[in-house]
Amino acid sequence: MLTFFMNRARGNRAARCIVLTMVTRGALEMPTIEKQEATSEEVEMPWNVIVHNDPINLMSYVTMVFQRVFGYPRERAEKHMLEVHHNGRSILWSGVRERAELYVQQLHGYLLLATIEKVG
Amino acid sequence: MEICRQNEALEIRELDPFLAELLRQIPESAQPKDSPAAQERLFSPPTMPEEKVLCAEWKLYVVPELRRLFQSATETVRQDLQQLHCTNKPFANCTLRIPMAHADAWLNALNQARLAIAATYQFSDHELCDYRSPLGSRRDLSLFQVNFYGFLQELILREMEEGKR
Repeated sequence: MLTFFMNRARGNRAARCIVLTMVTRGALEMPTIEKQEATSEEVEMPWNVIVHNDPINLMSYVTMVFQRVFGYPRERAEKHMLEVHHNGRSILWSGVRERAELYVQQLHGYLLLATIEKVG
Repeated sequence: MEICRQNEALEIRELDPFLAELLRQIPESAQPKDSPAAQERLFSPPTMPEEKVLCAEWKLYVVPELRRLFQSATETVRQDLQQLHCTNKPFANCTLRIPMAHADAWLNALNQARLAIAATYQFSDHELCDYRSPLGSRRDLSLFQVNFYGFLQELILREMEEGKR
């Protein structure tokens, strides 16, 4: 089986990608081409949103912010908050750069210490 | 000091003049123009300094928006604090009513103030956890301010949680 990823609009992050899957059923058969669409977001996942510890922001406040910004349930928001508290940082989200920047902007609006970093 | 929920507002009654004065200082504490450390903390960089383009764009496009957001929150708080100016007796206890619709603005302004003060005075973790510090200097008073504002934030957060139930 051969899989080809064709990015129709290279450089345009919002563009959708066409995923062509060529399935070879047998030596003498013609290959059938299955076409499916995937957003560039699914293909390109290079940035982390990181929240860093600071001794001033209250734990309850940080939990509330994670719930609001990322829509996480309380348990998940608390898990990240505790990770920030104990380890100094936590990766809150990974994905495309524009969305990561938007999340960091929202977090800065709540006055949390947040940054984006390239994965890897 | 007495704190209770009255319909859609948080009421702080019997507020003594000292605490009332600390509350009056929220807007000024939140936006210190003469403290580079505070400015640095309130408008922290979005990534590593090596990412020069992103940092420059952030300063150009995002920081002005954040500044507007912070000023708007501070202005709401400033207006609510007008209640503390209308007492006839200068040293009488007074009441502050914080509408729950303003809760987000209060959380934001209190956070700005706490972060700005802490950045200006560079409090250590040890100092921040020591609630028994005597009020002997401007630094001690500022530490008390940070803790008092944190106490208010906790109250507002708790009321917001109660309101959801």
